[in-house]
Amino acid sequence: MLSPIILFTAVLNGLMTGAVYALVALGLTLIYGVLHIINFTHGALLSAALFAAFFAFQKLGLDPYLAAFLIAPAFFALGYALQRLVIGPASHGDDRNMLLVTLGLAVLIENALLYAFHADTRTIDLAYGFKSVDLGFTFIALPRLISFVAVFVVALVLWLIMAVTDTGKAIRAVGKEKLGAELSGIDVAHIYAVTFGLGTACVAIAACLLMPTYYANPRAGNAFVLVAFTIVVLGGMGSVPGALIGGLAIGVVESLAGFYFGESLGQVGIFLIFIAVLLVRPRGLFGASA
Amino acid sequence: MKALWPIIVVVAALAAVPLFVHSNVVLNFLVVTLLIALAGQGWNILGGYGGQYSFGQAAFFGTGAYATAILQVRYGVNPWLGFAAGIAAGSAVGAIIGALTFRAGLRSSYFALVTLAFAEVLRIVASVAPITGAGVGLLVKLDLRAQAFQFQSRAIFYLVILALVAASLVMTQLIERSRFGVWLVAVRENEDAAMALGVDAFTVKLAAMMVSAAITAAAGCFYVQYFLFIDSGIAYGTWISIEALLTPIIGGIGTVFGALAGALVVKLLGEGIKLVTGDVPGLDLMIYGAVLVLVIRFAPRGLVGAFADMRVYLKRGTKLRVPIGEATGG
Amino acid sequence: MAEPLLSVEKVSRRFGGLLAVNAASLSAEAGCITALIGPNGAGKTTLFSLISGFLKPSAGKIRYAGGDVTGEPPHRLARRGIARTFQIVQPFAGLSVRDNILVGAHLRHADRAAALALAERVGSGVGLGDMLARPAHALTVAGRKRLELARALATEPKLLLLDEVLAGLNPSEIRDIVPVIRALSARGIAVLMIEHVMQAVMSLAEHVFVLAEGHIIAQGSPAQVVADPLVVEAYLGHGAAAKMRSAHGH
Repeated sequence: MLSPIILFTAVLNGLMTGAVYALVALGLTLIYGVLHIINFTHGALLSAALFAAFFAFQKLGLDPYLAAFLIAPAFFALGYALQRLVIGPASHGDDRNMLLVTLGLAVLIENALLYAFHADTRTIDLAYGFKSVDLGFTFIALPRLISFVAVFVVALVLWLIMAVTDTGKAIRAVGKEKLGAELSGIDVAHIYAVTFGLGTACVAIAACLLMPTYYANPRAGNAFVLVAFTIVVLGGMGSVPGALIGGLAIGVVESLAGFYFGESLGQVGIFLIFIAVLLVRPRGLFGASA
Repeated sequence: MKALWPIIVVVAALAAVPLFVHSNVVLNFLVVTLLIALAGQGWNILGGYGGQYSFGQAAFFGTGAYATAILQVRYGVNPWLGFAAGIAAGSAVGAIIGALTFRAGLRSSYFALVTLAFAEVLRIVASVAPITGAGVGLLVKLDLRAQAFQFQSRAIFYLVILALVAASLVMTQLIERSRFGVWLVAVRENEDAAMALGVDAFTVKLAAMMVSAAITAAAGCFYVQYFLFIDSGIAYGTWISIEALLTPIIGGIGTVFGALAGALVVKLLGEGIKLVTGDVPGLDLMIYGAVLVLVIRFAPRGLVGAFADMRVYLKRGTKLRVPIGEATGG
Repeated sequence: MAEPLLSVEKVSRRFGGLLAVNAASLSAEAGCITALIGPNGAGKTTLFSLISGFLKPSAGKIRYAGGDVTGEPPHRLARRGIARTFQIVQPFAGLSVRDNILVGAHLRHADRAAALALAERVGSGVGLGDMLARPAHALTVAGRKRLELARALATEPKLLLLDEVLAGLNPSEIRDIVPVIRALSARGIAVLMIEHVMQAVMSLAEHVFVLAEGHIIAQGSPAQVVADPLVVEAYLGHGAAAKMRSAHGH
């Protein structure tokens, strides 16, 4: 039997990982809540951001936590452009076309990464990457602690944006009642693009937080994103608290399951939860009707 | 039946090809193209006619492939029987996934997600299960006899896959003109209105899913006989899910010849890319992704649809039809 | 007296805390035109959705053709002979007018030729004869209403639920479609119509039910119902009946 300390450490590690899952899920749920589309491009964008963080470190010597301040705005712009110029105009009023377009973009981006950078896995070595923080009864890797805190800071910033700024209020308005918002003079296409940009920026920040302890390759984002989809579905499409709580919960479940069952079956387990939730309660625990 | 003539003409023309073409490279290209066309025709029935976009066609392709491979390799079953068993197995998986998802009332994005998830689950399980050879895969023994469903001549393989494609074209045409087809399209256009007119939407969608799965599974079975090797990445990989949906969308979603036309375009494009840049990983799929985005953005009804639009435009000076979904009444 | 074709018995429907339909009872007879009227938000379309199977009642029973059909799904009811049109018209936008009606015609005719023939007949019958090959989305509002009607008629129903089929039509369009509806009841079809256009209700309906805030507050002939003070109050507000009486110097 595992000692309580090891179990507790596993839970803590799960929470750390879960925080990053939550950030990725946050981007996804934001996009769904406002645009009502399931963004299949999310994973490929995460992979691209991981490469961006990698190259920022390798070529520019930038610490990923600092690089985030460059990469996040860049990816915001990328997300904005994608929605405004490609995804939005391609929808022709039918959700199914947006499914196909985001899928097409995902395939395009993932394989562009493959073509440009090949399939090998890239990692970075931070000077303080292996430092641990002594919590008294156990140790936590420093990068993981930083990501945990950073996620909550990002969530707070997002909340402030939504609650206080005009743009944030416009986003909430469009998410609740598009026609009314449009009639009130809100530029819906712009708001959609801003939302997509914010969701993409979340993913970019998550990538920078991940890079010290994870890796970059063209498929890296996919693994994360399937978990993010599960979280969003479990927590409820469009629900921000659902994404945060769900992310932490899944992180812990995965960490504990990994101990007992090993990695592959852990992945299958996540998928099965995902399928089960979709079949039994598609609105998730906190969300609106599917 | 009058409506079958275009199919007869096209198939006859294609069947004559081996008389003039003897290059194995070209024949191989054509075989792969027809294989993808077959898999795509499966997607087209459920997605094009039925309006349910599956992102996990690999689940049926792989099940058909593994079923026939496992039966041959581990149990010594005759490959022709294995072929039939593979189609049945694929259809059964379609029935299960369909029953679960349609019973739950899942539509649109959620349906796409769930089918994707099912395919991934199967892939991961296949990559570790001993019966599928896990990471190593399954190798079918070379046995160039007709009884073993293997042929010395590539031309014969070509004619076999052509026969399968022809069967799928006929099946699609018959469905299009039948009551089932009318109901299927009605469900696609507006499920509630269809129910109010007496259409049992659940049963119709389920039947379409089983047909779709059977056709794609047949493509998987053929793959095994032709390439003699299968592993989890080939059988259940996203590549086939993507190519199966890409070809009808490019060629003409919801039309009889859409998948075939699309497969020709996609594969020719792929070969063209290879000629120019060599066999670089990622380039072909990257271009396919770009093509998918461009097609949806500018020509959502694909080649066949654009062709039909063009004829109307030339006749009347205006576009008559609108892309799926743009005209939702009221 | 013979049992009416449709008998809705104390049917209720709850949505969370909201009781949209509250123990409503009504009936419809073959060959008769029955109207269901009431102020906006009264629950009329909800009641239609309950009768046509799109919603299940929280309480109560629905009897049709002598049998209990409570809770049956829409396609099963359509097969039994209950057809409905939608308040917000829902054509199969990408299909032609003929192909739209064909969907309904196929309910009782598996053979394509027979179904097509029926579709053309029904289409001409509602006045869409020269529009059959046009796409449904090219129709005007009046045309789409006729299409809704034609599709429902192609299923050869015994009970036809018309949900505000006259809404959005100008007076001459209404004048054109009223005889079409009257002809249906002459053929023996039971027509139950939700309507706001009072002139049509007065001239078409033989029996009227009034629904307000989820329950039936009055029923009778059109003249009786219109004079009923409860009905006046439901539309014009509390005390309106008394005000009208005093204004008329009773």
